[in-house]
Amino acid sequence: MLLQLNPGVIIWTAVTFGLLLLILKFTAWKPILNALNTREESIRQSIERAEEAKKEAQVVLEENRKNLANAEERAQKLIKEARELAERLRSDAMSKAHVEANSIIDKAREEIERDKQQAISQLHGLVAELAVQAAEKILSETIDVARQKKLVENFLNSLPKN
Amino acid sequence: MIIGTAILSSASMLAANVGKTVSDTAAAVASHAGNASNGNWVIEHVSDSHTLDFLPFGEIHLPHFPPIHVAGLTIDMSLTKHVVMMWIAALLVILAARKAAKGYKKSLIPGKFANAMEMIVLFIRDEVVLPATGEKGRKMLPYFLTLFFFILFSNLFELIPYGSAPSSDLSFTASLALIAFFVIQISGIIHHGFFGYFKGLIPKGVPVFALPILAIVEILGLFTKPFALCVRLFANLVAGDIAIFSFIGLIFVFGTVLIAPLAISFALFIELLEILVAFIQAYIFTILTALFVGMAIHQEH
Repeated sequence: MLLQLNPGVIIWTAVTFGLLLLILKFTAWKPILNALNTREESIRQSIERAEEAKKEAQVVLEENRKNLANAEERAQKLIKEARELAERLRSDAMSKAHVEANSIIDKAREEIERDKQQAISQLHGLVAELAVQAAEKILSETIDVARQKKLVENFLNSLPKN
Repeated sequence: MIIGTAILSSASMLAANVGKTVSDTAAAVASHAGNASNGNWVIEHVSDSHTLDFLPFGEIHLPHFPPIHVAGLTIDMSLTKHVVMMWIAALLVILAARKAAKGYKKSLIPGKFANAMEMIVLFIRDEVVLPATGEKGRKMLPYFLTLFFFILFSNLFELIPYGSAPSSDLSFTASLALIAFFVIQISGIIHHGFFGYFKGLIPKGVPVFALPILAIVEILGLFTKPFALCVRLFANLVAGDIAIFSFIGLIFVFGTVLIAPLAISFALFIELLEILVAFIQAYIFTILTALFVGMAIHQEH
């Protein structure tokens, strides 16, 4: 009884299983398996995208770091250049002022010299005239003024200068 | 919270089942004129019948169809207890699977129920079928999933009061094994051609004198595999049933209530074991079918 095969039950089971398979295949297993596949695919893609984004971020970060270093370098260079320029300007101004001062001093010196020469020559004339007048008075005998002047001048010229 | 409720409700169901068994046993022993030592009543109770008993609420006599005679065989298509239980199990599988499938309609993130079903579906797909058959088995996934859930739900009917596991019927398991047999052979024939498949059964480089013996062994092997599937499922399920009845029957064999606590706690223990067996046997039937299909597809010896 327990170990008897009942063909009716065998057929019913086969029919039931077949129908169950057909119904489930189209209404349950396909949607579930498709959903699982889609989800796995989307998870895989998400991970890949995240990986890619990470790589990109790394590249951007590297670039930023490089840019920052470049900027730093350029700033340093600019500061250095500015400092050099200022230095040069300062030294230029100083040397120019020096030169000007020197030229002013030179000019002043020349003028003084010229004035001195002029004073000396005027003094020469005055002295000669005074000498002549004195001699006239002394000698009361007038000699040719021009000749006298010449004599005195010759004498003065024979004197050492200054 | 939900798990607690589930455990509580399943425990009360198991207790109710044991109670039902006790009353069944009492009735059976009474019908045998109080003689419980003869175990026939156990066999009677475990076997298929044409009535659904809802004692003490009455019983339903299932309709009889006139037997059909085909090629000398008498086929009685009358509905039996196990056929009805099988239909209920199939209906529950459909409800469960469709509820799970609906969970994916709105979004790819499943709900609670769909998540539980998905766990089993993923297990069958990734741990059972694909490792055994390779990528070629992907197309056969609906078959294996249906097989697993149908056997699992059928097995669980053993634990429901008034229920009876269709898988504790040899005809049921024989039918599933027969389907498995055809699935195995057809998948082999599809991949290797009709003659290629049967030629591939015999390993290469076999000495000529051994050929006939090997051919017989291999062809016998084709039939023994599904036969083992059939008997394994049937024997495991029916053994649990018989063990429970036997423990309860002890009360009547000894004729004393004093043994009842022991007998009932043993029966409850077996019922708990049956939960495990229900899952394990469904798993074994599925994985072995998958392995045999894999062997038919990949014929390397």
